[in-house]
Amino acid sequence: MIETDDRPPQKAYLQRMGISMGSYLISLGVGVYLVSRDLVDGPVVWLLALLPGLSIVGAFYAIGRLILDTKDEFIRMLIVRQSLIATGFALSVSTVWGFLENFELVGHVDAYWVAILWFVGFVIGAISNKRTYDAWGQLK
Amino acid sequence: MNNRLKVLRAERNWSQQDLAQRLAVSRQSVNAIETGKYDPSLPLAFRIAETFGMSIEAIFLRGGDPPPS
Repeated sequence: MIETDDRPPQKAYLQRMGISMGSYLISLGVGVYLVSRDLVDGPVVWLLALLPGLSIVGAFYAIGRLILDTKDEFIRMLIVRQSLIATGFALSVSTVWGFLENFELVGHVDAYWVAILWFVGFVIGAISNKRTYDAWGQLK
Repeated sequence: MNNRLKVLRAERNWSQQDLAQRLAVSRQSVNAIETGKYDPSLPLAFRIAETFGMSIEAIFLRGGDPPPS
């Protein structure tokens, strides 16, 4: 069951995104500090390694909730379109890179770069929306 | 799909923002529908028709259909 939320979708999205990004920066900073100085070991390292990734999952959740909560069908279509462009971009670049890596033509890239590619694609999607529909998708 | 939204809105002296508020959508939505960049869903088309007190087919025209005189 989806929780009820009286906040405007765009405002709730920005708040969720702010929490996710804040959590990401703090957990990454703390994790790097503690692990690089050998101050922790065992399960705590696992927890510290999981937290930054889970924070980024929170950002994806924020975008998913924005799609679900947006009642304006045109704006919702723009966000879905933007997300599809982001997904296509991230999958395409990472797949091509994976085969290049397989043939030892390029160096190894950590898997979390797929998420970064997705957010680059999300910006490309917003630009595409502006060019195609003359709208960024933000509620005015 | 063509539509007569801009003409009907002008006849009532409504801005895009006025119509957006009546339809409970964003001004961007009204602009996209008006300029033919976005075709509304059937529920939204019915809301538009109710707002203007007209039938859907009096507002939205298939490509090539002449506008009603």
